[in-house]
Amino acid sequence: MPGHGHINGMKLYLRYVSISIRSQLQHRASFVMMLLGSLLTTGIEFAGIAALFARFGTLRGWSLPEVGVFYGVINIAFALSEGFARGFDTFPAMVKSGDFDRLLLRPRSLCLQVAAGEVQLMRSGRLLQGGVVLWWSLSNLHLVLTRLGSALLAVAVVTAAVVFTALFIAQAALAFWTVESLEIMNTVTYGGTETAQYPLTIYRPWFRRFFTFVIPIAFANYLPINLLLHHSAPLSAFAVLCAAPIAAALFASAAMIAWSAGVRHYHSTGS
Amino acid sequence: MKPYSALLRMRFIALLQYRTAAAAGLATQLFWGLIRVMIFEAFYSASPNRQAIPMNHAQLVSYVWLGQALLGLLPWSIDREMREKIRTGGVAYDLLRPMDLYFQWYFQAIATRTAPTLLKSIPLFVVAGCFFGLKPPTSAPALVAWLGMTVLALLMNCAFSCLISISMMWTISGEGISRLAPPVVYAFSGMMVPLPLMPAFMQPLLNALPFRNMVDVPFRIYSGQIPATLHHVIPAALHTTAWTAALLLSGRLMMQCGLRKLVVQGG
Repeated sequence: MPGHGHINGMKLYLRYVSISIRSQLQHRASFVMMLLGSLLTTGIEFAGIAALFARFGTLRGWSLPEVGVFYGVINIAFALSEGFARGFDTFPAMVKSGDFDRLLLRPRSLCLQVAAGEVQLMRSGRLLQGGVVLWWSLSNLHLVLTRLGSALLAVAVVTAAVVFTALFIAQAALAFWTVESLEIMNTVTYGGTETAQYPLTIYRPWFRRFFTFVIPIAFANYLPINLLLHHSAPLSAFAVLCAAPIAAALFASAAMIAWSAGVRHYHSTGS
Repeated sequence: MKPYSALLRMRFIALLQYRTAAAAGLATQLFWGLIRVMIFEAFYSASPNRQAIPMNHAQLVSYVWLGQALLGLLPWSIDREMREKIRTGGVAYDLLRPMDLYFQWYFQAIATRTAPTLLKSIPLFVVAGCFFGLKPPTSAPALVAWLGMTVLALLMNCAFSCLISISMMWTISGEGISRLAPPVVYAFSGMMVPLPLMPAFMQPLLNALPFRNMVDVPFRIYSGQIPATLHHVIPAALHTTAWTAALLLSGRLMMQCGLRKLVVQGG
């Protein structure tokens, strides 16, 4: 029975978020520039892909709007998990400075405190841009979204968002042992986004296997989206709809196990 | 000149301490390079208009690997240390030193870029050369011209990054401009898409801007796409130097204005 003045986890999370957002809106000019920068970065990236299509014509049989669906899905998902789990991304600094001790003192879930520590509005640039590319691609393909199609799209976004969030948590967990933040985890977070902007089938087999069985991005990439684009049999769509959440859940549990092991292992660096 | 060279040496020694970080960075760069090489491979392999592409596949692969190896030389953003100096008031210490503040920053920028890049790029050249299709320079003159152009590019990059750092004297938080600069450098230098593959209508603009000299020109000299003859190299070198001079001058002017109204933060 929570005592007086206790609020539940969800409410607390939302309060953290609203404080974080309000503080970012204090520097309005800086915020607008940052949002523009974020929009520009992702916008230019897609223009680059379009330039390559203009030169080469096709990417192993895939067209620009088809690749745009992959691109839109992964960028929406990455923006969502970055918005949610950005605190984990900057977490190593917290371990290094000893600030993590403070969180341990509070009678609240550690994950919640870390996740809510920094919610960046600026990331909405990528979200917006991913949405626009997805919308543009779907309307260019004259793809009418059936109920099954929308389900596939939603499962792809959610699976990818869960996988990236799990990766951020795993990256943070690693910091309990390394203290320094290691650039190498960027290969699977940012590198994973870069990879999954295209259908995984264009890559070499070992690489494809890595992003299917080690990091289950394939469940948010080729498996659902190929079905969506080519109207394959409902039976295989159903199989993917079942398999993707299982893969995502397994991966997320592995990350959570690593995180709790890390918390147990934690020795303060002092300050 | 002596204090500046001491500054350079000090930076080198400090940065070379972080060998684990460098190893992790190397692995990261290899991974990224592989992704990009595979993407271009896929574009090439089934392209109906392969004949009309202004670069062949081997040149493209070398271009990608050079980009990964020399990534650190680019003026991606303002140097974190400088940002901290301006925000915390550390500028005051720099001002007390009997050196020109601009060149103090400029040489620091050079050192910050050169040391980690040297550390990372040499093993990357070896690994990418042995296993992942990076070819050696096409000829001895190409090697010399490429090295020369890379040094000139470094001098220009640092003038560019100093200019951005100095702009922080007005914005303090510095987040804004430092976020606008990287996408511009990324797109117009050739890091994103090799510039010969960019649309034809953009080429005149790309030729005029300084960014081409950061990546595209040296890389294509390396792979022999731009012949390493005086006829080709001299104009490119002049273009780079002219931009460097312009960036240096405007940086210094801006700094003078900035110092006149500078309020040191913190105490």
